[in-house]
Amino acid sequence: MSVVTSEADVHLDHGRILYLEDVSVSFDGFKAINKLSLDIAPGELRCIIGPNGAGKTTMMDIITGKTRPDSGTVFFGSTIDLLRYREAEIAQLGIGRKFQKPTVFENLTVFENLELALKTHKGVWPSVFFKLNSEQTDRLAEVLHTIHLADQLTRQAGNLSHGQKQWLEIGMLLVQEPKLLLLDEPVAGMTDEETARTAELFLSLKGQHSLMVVEHDMGFVKTISDIVTVLCDGAVLAQGTLDQVQADERVIEVYLGR
Amino acid sequence: MNSNLEIPKPPPLLSHKGWTVCWLALLVIGGLVPAMNLLAPVDSWWHLSDYAVALIAKIMCYAMAALALDLIWGYTGILSLGHGLFFALGGYVMGMYLMRQIGRDGNYKSDLPDFMVFLDWKTLPWHWTFSDSFVATLILIVLVPAGVAWVFGFFAFRSRIKGVYFSIITQALTFAAMLLFFRNETGFGGNNGFTDFKRILGMPLATPGMRMALFVLTGLTLLGFYLMARWLMRSKFGRVLQAIRDAETRVMFSGYNPLPYKLTIWTLSAVMCGVAGALYVPQVGIINPSEMSTAASIEMVVWAAVGGRASLIGPIVGAFLVNGAKSWLTVVAPEFWLYFLGALFIGVTLFLPTGVVGLLKRLRGEGRS
Repeated sequence: MSVVTSEADVHLDHGRILYLEDVSVSFDGFKAINKLSLDIAPGELRCIIGPNGAGKTTMMDIITGKTRPDSGTVFFGSTIDLLRYREAEIAQLGIGRKFQKPTVFENLTVFENLELALKTHKGVWPSVFFKLNSEQTDRLAEVLHTIHLADQLTRQAGNLSHGQKQWLEIGMLLVQEPKLLLLDEPVAGMTDEETARTAELFLSLKGQHSLMVVEHDMGFVKTISDIVTVLCDGAVLAQGTLDQVQADERVIEVYLGR
Repeated sequence: MNSNLEIPKPPPLLSHKGWTVCWLALLVIGGLVPAMNLLAPVDSWWHLSDYAVALIAKIMCYAMAALALDLIWGYTGILSLGHGLFFALGGYVMGMYLMRQIGRDGNYKSDLPDFMVFLDWKTLPWHWTFSDSFVATLILIVLVPAGVAWVFGFFAFRSRIKGVYFSIITQALTFAAMLLFFRNETGFGGNNGFTDFKRILGMPLATPGMRMALFVLTGLTLLGFYLMARWLMRSKFGRVLQAIRDAETRVMFSGYNPLPYKLTIWTLSAVMCGVAGALYVPQVGIINPSEMSTAASIEMVVWAAVGGRASLIGPIVGAFLVNGAKSWLTVVAPEFWLYFLGALFIGVTLFLPTGVVGLLKRLRGEGRS
């Protein structure tokens, strides 16, 4: 198995896999993120909730290199300053991201989608001569079973149902073998059964992976969460178990309106 | 874990039928056409005229350009409206060599090409340094389009210029180059370009044997480019290109930097176009700045669109269909050609997004089910 050369070790000696401090960004004067500080422990499954426009997606944009913050620090482990890297490098470092709208390669098959995402050398030359080895084939097979698409592998991804596309995108994250997964509304558009399976999957990932899940489905959040962070106006409003934050006066206020 | 899973095998380079067609094409290019042109008596029914051979050769050069354009447009989703530039660059490099091959047989009986004598130049300009060497010419046919494409592509792709903005810039680049080549001072023969070629490799150009040799070479190059493109597009590299076309952000978040991918296919496409131009010039006998006109580049896009982009055979079919129609229509009703071309492009865009090849595939698929 090849090792990606640009990958630096993620040091966890401070007990944090992701660390944001005083991060701010504004678009045309609107402060989307306002002195946001937040950290996630290795193996933790953190749920992020908050009203629309709270800055959840913008926060993920900053972590994955899509948006540059105006100020603040973002660290992956204790040594990797994420603000020095671009999107592809951050993905190679071990941060996977699922978008709010399922984004798969519609004209490729399910299998080809996963094969592309597979952790390996991602330069031009290795891609021209790429051949799956048996270890990688096993890994793909394993993930295909996990995401319940093993019987669909030659199907064009564009023809999958919405829920299946969500699963495929999650599968593409898994074969990337990320240390930290950022999942933006992973169960949107899923049936109840699919949602239940997703909850099961996330709970099984917890421990070996760290997960940050943005979700509006409170039932889903209740099933999977230990600690919930409530974002509002680009900063952390409250943090605790779901019961704790739901009992918080300020949280009730932003959700029900002033 | 793998027990009940059939991992799909990568498709073969060509199907059984595909290889048959390839061998047939080889037979036609290397055997049938030469025999029909050179061996058949001129008045027999199976004689192929010099005009027809020249026309097919010309269209094969166009087909190469359309194939090159398809790699960047159909597969990678980057529409270039400036591929005429790369075609012309390859053509001009070849043209400079052919001008030098005229030797002292020009109108002014000078060592220098006629247009330089006319401009009262005494020595060759610096950029003609390598024009006497055939080997250097072959190398430059690759290097010049590659260099221009790489530098332009690097800055455009690094700045993440996309979509219509990219297309417009490629068009502006070609237009700027055309104005440059139009000027007499730049040493490219001004608006007349290069013509009146006499020899290649010391041998006369206007003999039946030489014409046929160039024809066969063009056919083989086209076939070779097709197979190369096919091999490349079925590799993971080809699938990454399609992924960039369909969802570039997902590609980035999957750990791929799109820049080297775009740059590689863009440069390769430019080189293929340059080679097409270099083969075109000795057979057509002229190269001038009109190859860099806006219309020339757009016509290439029409060939690819009509045949069917994102299929490799499509652009080749399209080049033959459109240019076949052109050579017929410009004789029958020359004033209608441009209207026809415009209507064709609009019609294909509206009703046949996958082109003629896509339509045939769909009809065959429906016939089977």
